[in-house]
Amino acid sequence: MEKKIIYEISSLYRDNFRVTGFEFGEGEKSVCIVGNLRGNEVQQIYTCSQLVQKFKVLEKEGKIRKGHKVLIIPSMNPYSMNSKERFWPTDKTDINRMFPGYDLGETTQRIAAGIFEVIKDYKYGMQFASFYMPGKFMPHVRMMQTGFENVEMAKEFGMPYVVLRKIRPYDTTTLNYNWQIWETNAFSIYTTSTTEIDKESAKEAIRGILRFLAKQQIIEYTTHEGYKSSVVTDSEMISVRTKSAGIFDSKVKAGEEIAKGQILAQIIDPLEGEVKENLISPVDGIVFFGHNDPLTYANTAVFKIISGGI
Amino acid sequence: MVKTVASVGLPVDEVLEIKKNRILPEGESDGKKKRISIVTGIHGDELEGQYVCFELIRRIEEHKELLKGIVDVYPAMNPLGIDSITRGIPAFDLDMNRLFPGNKDGDMTEFLASGMIADVDGSDVCIDIHASNIFLTEIPQIRINELHKEKLIPLAKELNVDFIWVHGANTVLESTFAHSLNSRNVPTLVVEMGVGMRITKEYCNQLVDGILHLMETMEIWAGETIEPRKPIISEDADDVTYLNAPTAGVFVPRVKHWEHLKKSDEIGWIIDPLHGKILEKILSPVDGILFTIREYPIVDHGSLIGRLLREEARKE
Ligand SMILES: [Zn+2]
Repeated sequence: MEKKIIYEISSLYRDNFRVTGFEFGEGEKSVCIVGNLRGNEVQQIYTCSQLVQKFKVLEKEGKIRKGHKVLIIPSMNPYSMNSKERFWPTDKTDINRMFPGYDLGETTQRIAAGIFEVIKDYKYGMQFASFYMPGKFMPHVRMMQTGFENVEMAKEFGMPYVVLRKIRPYDTTTLNYNWQIWETNAFSIYTTSTTEIDKESAKEAIRGILRFLAKQQIIEYTTHEGYKSSVVTDSEMISVRTKSAGIFDSKVKAGEEIAKGQILAQIIDPLEGEVKENLISPVDGIVFFGHNDPLTYANTAVFKIISGGI
Repeated sequence: MVKTVASVGLPVDEVLEIKKNRILPEGESDGKKKRISIVTGIHGDELEGQYVCFELIRRIEEHKELLKGIVDVYPAMNPLGIDSITRGIPAFDLDMNRLFPGNKDGDMTEFLASGMIADVDGSDVCIDIHASNIFLTEIPQIRINELHKEKLIPLAKELNVDFIWVHGANTVLESTFAHSLNSRNVPTLVVEMGVGMRITKEYCNQLVDGILHLMETMEIWAGETIEPRKPIISEDADDVTYLNAPTAGVFVPRVKHWEHLKKSDEIGWIIDPLHGKILEKILSPVDGILFTIREYPIVDHGSLIGRLLREEARKE
């Protein structure tokens, strides 16, 4: 293993901004795996750090196949994490809206450019990503429909779901999108949580990645086959929305099977304690995403459901 | 007449309302008349438009007999942002100007965005007033997406600004308020002027003069108005030179905004207060005029310090 500084800039009063990478194996640029890009992505940095542990063992046991280089970058944004800011501490910009970056541009454009220069030529790119709404997911692999996405390959993670999503204008500046444009096979890996650590889903994601890399003949690793992934498009998921705002009392969790007519959550009046609204499942299915903030606004998609049994 | 354009209940005992003031000619009700919409406050930390709305309504009300059309004033498109000194929508961490055209069946932010578009749609012209951000001061200017320049440049010339900047199309900008309206054939001009979190009365009055003049050309206003100043129009990306901080530090300007500079003139210093040293002297890379200058002193590597319009562009 080689510990490397991928990108570094100085600051007026803080320690240098440093992005550190861990390189395993030698040879062609095979796999790049990245953790947090935003300051609140604690689960993402945690999962990546655990993967570094795994790779140290794999390397020691000689189980990284010859000719393959694997780069793991657990944190692309230590500054935001250390100051508990979600975005860049001074100008509040999001590094994940700056790719492919611009080396003569503003700070986060330069950071994106500096990092992308190092990671853009890898054959496979994986990012532990997070959602902008507070909530918990079923672990899954997510891909944007850029025209370059390889759905069959995504199934090789053996995660329960592969989710396909249409591109929106702002997606064109994300890491995942630009990786795909530069012909990297890019996958966003979602585990259950973001701001808190969920060890179980971190393990599931790590197993998924190792399983995938074993299938690509990059490492030697045996595990159970995993799931036969179901492919779902974002638009096929059924959103359950709140009609009113208030205290959100969830009755189900992500991953739970639910029946049509079942109460998924209640909205409670925050002053008088009365139930204002029962959120009812319109179908039999499984909770793919569940809001987990104790308050909710109106019109919020608090659940995403995949219909049908598992 | 104040109306609520869109509203949504918040969790605890509060309704979020986006309001507008519709000003009509004396003794008339809504009807088929020319209509101008003045919009501001999409970014909660940009306040220059607050004074523009106030002053425009004040001047119209003073001579209501001269009003011949409809004036809709929307001073606060992002009321929670304005109240909490937040650029985006608090709690969502979202830039409201990346949500348009919105979706009436979408979440709260998309729902509000779609309500705004629906209400402004049908205007003969719309002016969306921005105030840069807290980091940069801008000379009064209009920014135009090249896709819409034929329609917008003639209108922009009436608005009494100093500079019209036609920029390239960009996918990310497709989700702005102005782009959504321009795509619906509502000519929408984006004004950038002044600086975030402050009011620059001189610029505000300059723009109010321009809005009244535009209203006169549209026959919405029958009063006498100023002869608008002749703006510099830049359509070539090479006209504009960006100055980015070569190092982190504290930026202290040595020149004023809208100053004519010669190549190698000193624009400012980046200093290090811990050691009492000048880290970098920022020199003008070209002959030109400084239409953007940094206001907020702390800079990181790459922070924008200013934008220069090259002298050749100005002469054309
Ligand atoms: Zn703005």
